[in-house]
Amino acid sequence: MKRNIFSARAALTAAGMAAVLVLSACGGDENGNGNGDAEGDDLSITFIPKNLGNPYFDTSNTGGEDAVNEFGGEFSEVGPQEDTPDGQVQYINTAAQQGEDAIVISGSDPSAPCDALNEAREVGAAVVTFDSDTGPDCRDVFVNQADAQGIAQAQVDMVAEQIDGEGQIAILSASANATNQNQWIELMEEELDANHPDIELVEIAYGDDDDQRSFDQTAALLQTHSDLDAIVSPTTVGIAAAARYISDSDYAGEVLVTGLGTPNQMREYVEDGTVEAFALWNPEDLGYLAGWAAHAVATGEISGEEGDTFEAGRLGEYTVGEDGEILLGDPFVFDSENIDDFDF
Amino acid sequence: MSTVALSKPSHMRNAQRFAKNVVTSREMAIVLVILAVIATATSLNQNFLFSSQGWRDLLLTPSILMVLAIGSAIVIVTRNVDLSVGSTLAITAYMTGRLFIDFPGIPIIGVILIGVAVGAGLGLINGLLVAFGKVPALVVTLGTMYIYRGVVLTWAGSDRINASDMPREFLNLGTMQIATIPLLTIAAVVVLIAAVYWLNSTRSGREMYAIGSNPEAATLYGLPSTKRIIVAFVIGGALAGLAGVMYAARYGTVSAGAGMTWELNAIGAAVIGGVAIFGGSGTVWGAALGAILLMTINRTLPIMGVPDFWQRAVVGALIIGAIVLDRYLAARQTRKLQEARDET
Repeated sequence: MKRNIFSARAALTAAGMAAVLVLSACGGDENGNGNGDAEGDDLSITFIPKNLGNPYFDTSNTGGEDAVNEFGGEFSEVGPQEDTPDGQVQYINTAAQQGEDAIVISGSDPSAPCDALNEAREVGAAVVTFDSDTGPDCRDVFVNQADAQGIAQAQVDMVAEQIDGEGQIAILSASANATNQNQWIELMEEELDANHPDIELVEIAYGDDDDQRSFDQTAALLQTHSDLDAIVSPTTVGIAAAARYISDSDYAGEVLVTGLGTPNQMREYVEDGTVEAFALWNPEDLGYLAGWAAHAVATGEISGEEGDTFEAGRLGEYTVGEDGEILLGDPFVFDSENIDDFDF
Repeated sequence: MSTVALSKPSHMRNAQRFAKNVVTSREMAIVLVILAVIATATSLNQNFLFSSQGWRDLLLTPSILMVLAIGSAIVIVTRNVDLSVGSTLAITAYMTGRLFIDFPGIPIIGVILIGVAVGAGLGLINGLLVAFGKVPALVVTLGTMYIYRGVVLTWAGSDRINASDMPREFLNLGTMQIATIPLLTIAAVVVLIAAVYWLNSTRSGREMYAIGSNPEAATLYGLPSTKRIIVAFVIGGALAGLAGVMYAARYGTVSAGAGMTWELNAIGAAVIGGVAIFGGSGTVWGAALGAILLMTINRTLPIMGVPDFWQRAVVGALIIGAIVLDRYLAARQTRKLQEARDET
């Protein structure tokens, strides 16, 4: 029995390795495995998402593949089946051994893949992180999907447009001690004070990212503030719960819901009109920018220093910021016009 | 040998005795507390009761916890406990979504039956381990709580079921009303009536109390303890399975974290409702009322403007208060019976 299991595993491993070899043989480049000396048309770039089969990364890798095709490189995608802290290490090692010119990775863990990434950099691979950063000392640049200011701004802009710049709004957040949510809310309050004097933020409620609590808090908001015009929820659980609650209540059509959510989650409520628009970054653009960033680092166009600039195809010119961060830009707004183009 | 009654025979007529029992019962005390909570909330905001939305929330919100609490009460009456019902709910709720995705056009009644059957199966595992393994239920179900949660975490990963994944007819079941009474509430009440009938009026139901009251005596008397305990866990699991399907219909979103800590709410509801944690006494309709009280208080506190932390503290105080009351009543009862014995 034991031997059977062992040989089955060995066969699987061998098959896996063969697949990787074939992939990299297609994408391999004979001479260039050093930073700065390869041209765009013979770059081989490996994308390593947190896990395969994840619609979010399927979307981002589509963007990455587009970018790589545009500059004529070879695109490959490998990764673990499951998102575990050290699951990516073997794929990083393999990519380094194949002499890939660049590794584009969404770090499953800030530190676990670091040693492997640094070994890859020593043999000449450019390392670009996107979506989730590793420590700044184990990659060249990080492509960041959004910053707090942009997220706060986008949500205020959306709600202001939807209620025509005046009325009462409430915020339904996650838990009262969620750091990033609180930072966004603070910035939203500043923005409302500064530019939207006619919008009154009547209450900030906390649904703890729990469906029933978010329902209860939404109901309490609606009952307590009879003139409420919109609820802004900067958390994916909260926005779906608020939309679900309102969509089949007497408040449907009177109180709008907006905030941060994913298209699959919000499709139902955009179709029935409870939600006019909501925001998140566009993972396809994120992957596309990461692909071009990999090109820029691998060809030596940039070194990852603050102030470096590079061209990112259809997205235009980007500048590297502090700590080697490249910011994708403002969040992407999803509405009934474009929601069917996305599946994540 | 003649039998001597330890307390004086009642001289009241049946109808009078029934009325007295109802008025002085533990359950009536909870009904009064629930009415007081509703009255307070309504005086603060009349929409709480006198709006169609408020009325619906009042009935709909406790329905899922009612079903779970009835199952928990049946298990607790046999001097066991089931900590895995929250995880069971998560499995069947996620499975409900998966069934609709993987088998388009699957009949809704089929999904409900599969959910109940899978829940019963998971309960059967608990029951077999407790009855034959002779391991305390607290330990067994603590283990299966983590195992079942692990199963759904592995299955779902970071993925979630969205409202648009499920047919609209199914989601409508979660909000539909018949003569202003929500369908989910009707389902919970039907379950309640069946459970009350079984525990009060059938031989096997009464044996549950005997087993929980004094396991050794029940075994010596020849009651099929092993079988009854397994049945209790199977019913508890089946009801958790049903609650999972209701959860999917109600919230429209299911992630791997669904129903987290609901097992504690269910046990809390049963304890508040007067089900003794050491078995042998308490009623399922007490547990159902406990669930109504818990969920109604949860909805009321945000309307009253009570801060987040205190909302949980109030629930904790309720549970401790209920147990202290139980101890007091039990001690008084023992004293009375002893006095009666000393007199004879």
